[in-house]
Amino acid sequence: MTEQPYSNFKATMAIAKASFRSIVRSPSSVVFTLLFPLIFILVFGFISGGGVISVDVGVDKKCDTLNPVYQALKKVSVVHMIHQQTPEEMEANLKKGSIDAILNIQKNTKPPYFTVNIQHSKASGDKEAILKSALNNIFFELNSHIPDAPPPVAIIKEAEVQTREYKTIDFILPGQLGFSLLSTGVFGTAFVFLSLRITLVIKRFFATPVKRYSIVIGEALARITFALIGALFIITIGHFAFGFTLVHGFVTVLNMLFLSLIGVLVFMGFGFVVSGIAKNESTVPPIANMITLPQFLLSGTFFSINVFPAWLQPISRALPLTYLNDSLRKVAFEGASLFDVSHQILIMCIWGVVIYAVAVKTFKWE
Amino acid sequence: MAKQPIITVNNLVKNYGDFKAVKGISFEVYEGEIFGLLGPNGAGKTTTLEIIETLREKTSGEITVDGFNIDTDAGSIKKRIGVQLQAAGYYPNLNLSELIELFSGLYGIQRSPMEMLEKVALTDKAKAKYKELSGGQKQRFSIATTLINNPRIVFLDEPTTGLDPQARRNLWDLIREIRDQGTTVVITTHYMDEAEVLCDRVAFVDGGNIIGVDTPDAFIDKLVATGFEPPKKVKLASLEDVFINMTGKEWRAE
Repeated sequence: MTEQPYSNFKATMAIAKASFRSIVRSPSSVVFTLLFPLIFILVFGFISGGGVISVDVGVDKKCDTLNPVYQALKKVSVVHMIHQQTPEEMEANLKKGSIDAILNIQKNTKPPYFTVNIQHSKASGDKEAILKSALNNIFFELNSHIPDAPPPVAIIKEAEVQTREYKTIDFILPGQLGFSLLSTGVFGTAFVFLSLRITLVIKRFFATPVKRYSIVIGEALARITFALIGALFIITIGHFAFGFTLVHGFVTVLNMLFLSLIGVLVFMGFGFVVSGIAKNESTVPPIANMITLPQFLLSGTFFSINVFPAWLQPISRALPLTYLNDSLRKVAFEGASLFDVSHQILIMCIWGVVIYAVAVKTFKWE
Repeated sequence: MAKQPIITVNNLVKNYGDFKAVKGISFEVYEGEIFGLLGPNGAGKTTTLEIIETLREKTSGEITVDGFNIDTDAGSIKKRIGVQLQAAGYYPNLNLSELIELFSGLYGIQRSPMEMLEKVALTDKAKAKYKELSGGQKQRFSIATTLINNPRIVFLDEPTTGLDPQARRNLWDLIREIRDQGTTVVITTHYMDEAEVLCDRVAFVDGGNIIGVDTPDAFIDKLVATGFEPPKKVKLASLEDVFINMTGKEWRAE
């Protein structure tokens, strides 16, 4: 038999191909990487309804509706007047919070010419304040138009700055993309290496001339390819179906994919660590969740980390997913270049170095 | 034909901490034979095999496989052996022909999956997953993966454990075919009837030592020469013979 030079490249690509086929056919990786993020995008897209707040105001039957206060209030876009309900229904709905206030305006013969009665409950929350502020605006306008009114102490001068509309999708999509990369990186990598080890697939590989690094690189290539295809899929759907903003178009997509690559590399490091620590397949989810859940909740996936209490924010600011989400948002919506987000990239890289140092210590082949 | 040793094991020792799994064994495997390592579970058969297969470090001793020293040339040895592990699984979610393709890649060669599956009569299962196969089919597939690199030696670790009589006979035929094509076969088993009909030579392993190496016939003749008699008169056929006779020898649609 003539001795051919052995090709590590061929072996690596054979593993990458096999692994990619296996990932694509595995229901859990498809669900976590593609389906979950898309469901979240859909759900949050509908819940927030483009960020419009509405104050539902029940109008009392005895309310005078011809006066200028009522007419002005009707024009305020956030206020939604309800006429059809009986007084009893209104009372009950107010207590439940499904309407925010009951309005009754009375005309008087001497000043003040109008009394605005508002009934509200604790259930209406902030909505009551919005209604009051709308009314105060109207009063100010009306009061300043009566003859011999005192000159105003202060006036508002408004000027609208032309901006891009910041839609819910612009916040939600980068968070979901980060979550997708986190789960495929951590869970996917941990499960694959653990199961290859437990089912002796790796041992069988070792009876062939394949090198260890070929196995790791082959697996990593497959996972990265899958994760980036997933990212592209989420961005594409987000852009065309939900109007996700891509400031510089295709260049923005490339920048996002580059950030995704760094993200998934770091998260795979966590996956390697988990596969080394876990004793069997049932211990993977709890350990992996200890890594993914805090990041899922605290890294600005669903809400900006600014809404967290002050003591929690330093924790948020220590997590790698925070920086991935942050940089993805900056690149997509603000049109930042990769250089502009080099701070975020640097912190992710530091995480990468640390986690791979741990992975080298904890990873087990057999 | 002069007997050429293809594997030489000299004074092999393997300790796991304080436990001495293999206590200085020596034997030779000749080119072109089916060599059986026989012994009870825990005797050290698998450990010995895995050391020769380069999968496990030895504590001490000398091993040469097809002219290559295991300490200095493990890489060359891996290229010219085929290994079937006890209870090894295969890459998940791939079908048989994709698995063959993967192993071809691991050996850095091109092999047609169908050609390999044909050798073990599994072409109709090319699109099936490994876990969907019956016990006998799984073992035949495992053997197919050991043949991808045209090995000089194949190692089979308890290939027939848990198989029904037809599947077992079927596997014996396959193993003989492999030998007849010039490949040396090293096999472990704890079924003596199997070793008797299948192996050209056997070594008995017990408690980490080899307590005898010879052909099955020579062992039996030696025992009979000492005046040994079986505890009761041997029947002219066994129950297994009856089973095979009644159910047929052909392969089952497993």
